[in-house]
Amino acid sequence: MQEGVVVRHLSKTFGGQRALDDVSLTILRGEVHGLVGQNGSGKSTLIKILAGYHDPDPGGHLEINGHAVKLPLRPGAFRMLGLSFVHQDLGLLPSLTVVENFRAGKISTTSQWRIRWGVERKRAEKAFERYGLMVDPSAKKVEDLPSVQRALLAIIRAVEDMAEANTDEGHPKGLLVLDEPTVFLPKTDTDQLFKVVRDIAASGASVLFVSHDLDEALAVCDRVTVLRDGHVAGTVVSTETSTDALVELIIGRRLEALTQFQRSEDPGGDSKVAVKELTGPTIRGVSFDLREGEILGLTGLVGSGFEEVPYLMFGATSAKTGHLTVGGVDHDLTKMRPSRAIEIGMALLPADRQDAGGVGSLTVEDNLMLQVLGRYFKTMWLHTRQLLQDSRNVLKEHDVRPAQPNMDFQALSGGNQQKVLLAKWLQTGPVLLLVHEPTQGVDVGARHQVYEMLRMAASGGMSVVCASSDYEQLSLICDRVLVFASGELCDELVGEEISKDRIAERCYGGGRNSCADQIAGD
Amino acid sequence: MNEEHLALPDAQAQHPAPSSHPKRRRLSLGNYGDRFALVGAWVVVIAIFGILSPGAFLTARNFSTIFGSQAVLVVLTLALLIPLIAGDYDLSVVGVLTLAGMMLAVMNVQMHVPIGWAILAAIAMGLTVGIINGAFVVLFNIDPFIVTLGMQTVLIGIVLWISKSATISGVSPSLVNWVVVRRLFGIPLEFYYGLVLCVALWYFFGYTAVGRRVLFVGRGRKVARLSGIRVGRVRWGCLMASGALAALAGILYTGTTGAADPSSGTTFLLPAFAAVFLGGTTITPGRFNAWGSFIAVYFLVTGISGLSILGIQTFVQNLFYGGALIIAVTLSQIVKMHQERSQPI
Repeated sequence: MQEGVVVRHLSKTFGGQRALDDVSLTILRGEVHGLVGQNGSGKSTLIKILAGYHDPDPGGHLEINGHAVKLPLRPGAFRMLGLSFVHQDLGLLPSLTVVENFRAGKISTTSQWRIRWGVERKRAEKAFERYGLMVDPSAKKVEDLPSVQRALLAIIRAVEDMAEANTDEGHPKGLLVLDEPTVFLPKTDTDQLFKVVRDIAASGASVLFVSHDLDEALAVCDRVTVLRDGHVAGTVVSTETSTDALVELIIGRRLEALTQFQRSEDPGGDSKVAVKELTGPTIRGVSFDLREGEILGLTGLVGSGFEEVPYLMFGATSAKTGHLTVGGVDHDLTKMRPSRAIEIGMALLPADRQDAGGVGSLTVEDNLMLQVLGRYFKTMWLHTRQLLQDSRNVLKEHDVRPAQPNMDFQALSGGNQQKVLLAKWLQTGPVLLLVHEPTQGVDVGARHQVYEMLRMAASGGMSVVCASSDYEQLSLICDRVLVFASGELCDELVGEEISKDRIAERCYGGGRNSCADQIAGD
Repeated sequence: MNEEHLALPDAQAQHPAPSSHPKRRRLSLGNYGDRFALVGAWVVVIAIFGILSPGAFLTARNFSTIFGSQAVLVVLTLALLIPLIAGDYDLSVVGVLTLAGMMLAVMNVQMHVPIGWAILAAIAMGLTVGIINGAFVVLFNIDPFIVTLGMQTVLIGIVLWISKSATISGVSPSLVNWVVVRRLFGIPLEFYYGLVLCVALWYFFGYTAVGRRVLFVGRGRKVARLSGIRVGRVRWGCLMASGALAALAGILYTGTTGAADPSSGTTFLLPAFAAVFLGGTTITPGRFNAWGSFIAVYFLVTGISGLSILGIQTFVQNLFYGGALIIAVTLSQIVKMHQERSQPI
């Protein structure tokens, strides 16, 4: 087979950290090539370089269909080169019709002032027919389509855009990049999608298929490249490998042994917090309990729903069913709301720091002291001087740098922002602290300080739920880890079982099917 | 090149704060230049008009007029300020103002209701409008800009209906007495009503826990909600307060002349917006605030007063207020960019 897209010696450094390290990769024409690896292994950085969103470090080479392409790419240049992207969110506008969505790329870039809808519709029909998508292009709005048809629409649209820019006697000869296209699809619908992907490759295009699900990647891809910590851990032929071998490549050997905290031995205490039959958008019938001073990790692959749990417990998203017991009192989670959750001693540190965690345009002090303002309101007056003094002390205590309460919150680095937000909640002395991806976008040094803050809090008797996809983090701070798959709780790791590799193994190796089997078998 | 722009959040996240060289720069909130620029500009405006027409401008009578005549605008600006802090526009304030003034006249003059009861009824009307606005905004999640724009037109419709499109005069002199006739230090009492209200809002938003939480509702709804603030309730309450204060402004407006007319009240909307945005660039730059709004009203009014003393035609008012609004919003944007740039990192 001919070489389609060749990447050589591609590196990318962010502020001293190597996100991609000398990556070389060849995608043949007519091949579906898988790209797998853990979060932060460099998959998205690689894709963003191809999209012209990130500039690679000097020294990398890119070849498309035998022609060298100059790096860095200008944003948008990928279209002319015959590259086309479908991201996880699909990039469709739900309230518009299928044909409007199908031709959105052309409509937004064309210099023609009149759109001939009749012609566009025929074109869409023809393309749908070719790939076996049974949808009337003008009758339906995208929001009315089932999720699998939405995904197919996005993929066929990308192929058509690619073919328009770059054809070889009517055959597309570019690269279609599919970034986790199956995450939101039911397992039963993925076969149809895989067939379309295979058809696209058969017509002469190259496909780069990014996925978390190894069974899927092996089913649809000819070859799979594994990224680990920014470099290529290996490229394997799908028919000559197994899921286990891939897991090994993905995890690799642990790079650095970070300080292992003393896991709290089973104190034999009563469970203080219990969740029963929790059902949300993705998760179904999840129950677990927590002891005093325990840090419980929740994890799973993208789409497994583990990350919903803290928000459902806090009432930030409404649960379909579920009960929460805190300190012997039962609460109906369908009626939970954040204000109530705080009253009963809960605190939530969300993953989305910019939007849900803190307000960037307000000061550090405003953000830090929001929950405890009442304490400073004495004799009808907010004691602002004391507030300022105390917030400076809290900042120093948690090593927030600079310890300037008057600074805008957004001016702090990610790690310092996280320390401020954690300190904000710790001041309220919660019984139950819920955190989601607590060290996302946090540099290594601050990461450890965040771990220490969580550990300290737990040793003071606070129960902590940590939803995270960072296995190393979970292995470092958790007393127990629950693994989710397809919306259900499927595995539990306790004590010495908890290691980064073991968690990854259970997440990947467990697979959706085997986990479901396990649940059925119980 | 593009990496620098697009990857900024990433790059920031990965750089630790430059703790090794803490900048000892005073931050913008404490920056006196920024904080009192508008006060300085006000002094300059006074000086210019003083030089141009010393005999007419720099007189106690003129200043008494400036301070006394614009209390209505001050109260209305403060009414607008409250929902703006919570992140919502209330365009219905001048509708409430006009209707409150007209209700007072109709009830007191035509229906012979005692003035005290008429005042209470007007304020209750303002609160009700706030409740209705809030219901649409909170319960149905509709953009307050649209809800209050519709409400504004509805209210003016009611005004035209109950007044039969005519000016009604002869409102109880005791109201006029308590608004403009009585003076303290040579300035009509209504000035002090505005002043007291301004102090009250300054206290509420700066020195109570509840007031500070409102700011979070305005700046980050999601953060506020996850921090246990009942966002819907706060927004609703702010729209109610805005309705009540706008009604108060309407009462003062009728009290100024002893009469109510169905249309002139709406001309207050633009100056009030100009003042509240201009006020956001001063005292605590980058935040809508009570004292800033107060100073901004008098800055604008001083300009108008000076221009009219110089004999410039009234259409200049429109140019002045409209221009001031655009400049004020631009200034607040510049203040914001300046603040962002002056941060360490």
